[in-house]
Amino acid sequence: MNFLKRTVPMIIAFVMGVLMAFQYYVPHEASQNLLKVVTRWGMIISGFAMFIGAYSLFHMHWNRIKHKVSGWGYSIFMFFGAGIAIISGLYNGGELFWNDKQSGTMFDWIFDYVQVPAGATIFSILAFFMASAAYRTFRARNKEATILLISAIIVMLGRVPVGTMISQYIPIAADWIMTVPNLAAKRAILIGVSIGVIATSIKIIFGIEKAYLGGGD
Amino acid sequence: MEKLLKIDRRILFVLVALAVTIPLLFRFKMPVPPTRHVKSMYNKIDSLSEDSHVLISFDYDPSSKEELQPMAHALLHHCFKKNIKVIGMTLYPAGTGLAEKAIKEIGKEYGKKSGKDYVFLGFKAGSSLVIMNMGEDIYTAFQEDFYGKKTVGMQALKGVRSLRDIDYAVNLTASGIYEAWIVYGKEKYNFDLGVGCTAVMGPEMYPFIQSSQLTGFMGGLKGAAEYETLVGHKDRASAGMAPQSVVHVLVVCFILFGNFIYFASGRKK
Repeated sequence: MNFLKRTVPMIIAFVMGVLMAFQYYVPHEASQNLLKVVTRWGMIISGFAMFIGAYSLFHMHWNRIKHKVSGWGYSIFMFFGAGIAIISGLYNGGELFWNDKQSGTMFDWIFDYVQVPAGATIFSILAFFMASAAYRTFRARNKEATILLISAIIVMLGRVPVGTMISQYIPIAADWIMTVPNLAAKRAILIGVSIGVIATSIKIIFGIEKAYLGGGD
Repeated sequence: MEKLLKIDRRILFVLVALAVTIPLLFRFKMPVPPTRHVKSMYNKIDSLSEDSHVLISFDYDPSSKEELQPMAHALLHHCFKKNIKVIGMTLYPAGTGLAEKAIKEIGKEYGKKSGKDYVFLGFKAGSSLVIMNMGEDIYTAFQEDFYGKKTVGMQALKGVRSLRDIDYAVNLTASGIYEAWIVYGKEKYNFDLGVGCTAVMGPEMYPFIQSSQLTGFMGGLKGAAEYETLVGHKDRASAGMAPQSVVHVLVVCFILFGNFIYFASGRKK
């Protein structure tokens, strides 16, 4: 069992990792065809991963209902919403109850008038929390916080038309903050993350990092 | 004084709500001068000849629709106005509805037909794998379009075999997927790429702009408004500039007032 669960995946990771790393530098037709086949396999596997994601979601919410975990009532809404969306999407090409030229199918209607406004509402709530947090916690407590605060005010004003109306120098200052200190910090983070990704990839290929295989037996 | 610091946050929420709704009710125009990053994206598309191919990847879902959908509209107006063939796709399952609606609606305004003047390829799972597969052969990645029509022989894809044949690609995104477009798309298959992203992601784009891996980017609603100004088709993003400006000023006032009370009350925690 250990052979199938741990050794075989590690061999696959090693073979494919080394093969695809070499493939990148070989411009031969056979190499291009290999990439085409492997990426198609990957896309198929990604499709199955979506099913696993859906299963995991249903499993988690079912357990919440079963064990009456705090807020379990919301899980019922999850099943209710997902059920209606799945049935209306699968049944007769989305035409469960209606399909007219104005509002489209029932599936379209659910997307346009439930998912879109709900998603946009959740995201827009952020503005209220950010405004509240800015008032309560954004303090010039020390030198670093003061620099951050001044930069934030310049960028906030420089990124909207009113900044230009106050002074033509505000957008210029905001642009300088973005293109000099921001760029330097972002690039440093990016290089650090990239080196980390390369190191982790090498560890996975050579079987040093095994966390992706999961625990248990 | 200290009581003001402990003000009920619902009062702050009401002030923010008023700052958004009042400018929407009593509309006033604000100048939106285009920035160089948006201009360079516009100039790139504007320099393309008729029947060139622009690929737009609508990689966002309804949660970021308010910022990214106006960008999609402005880009589509520009492309269709110039008779450029548009190839639409998404790597987000919830992006199909928004993308299809945008292409269909704007295409209709210009009398464009699906399959002939534009193609919407729909969603495919796999993110970076889809990009790589498209880089090798667009027809193996998407054998059919969103409506189930065979992509091989489609007039809108005439002259396009892989991503190498795309004249310009734009990734409209609310996530880090733009990095996959840079690493596995632009760098490997050598095409010009621009990004439209949420405002909060804007600062991440600057290293890629400086290294010329991106020709330009549109950041948030302001970026969309700038593109609308350049296209000459002011729409939702331009209308959103007034409330956004007022809210930004309000937040700055909150910060300054909060700090004033903090210092006036002897810098107590």
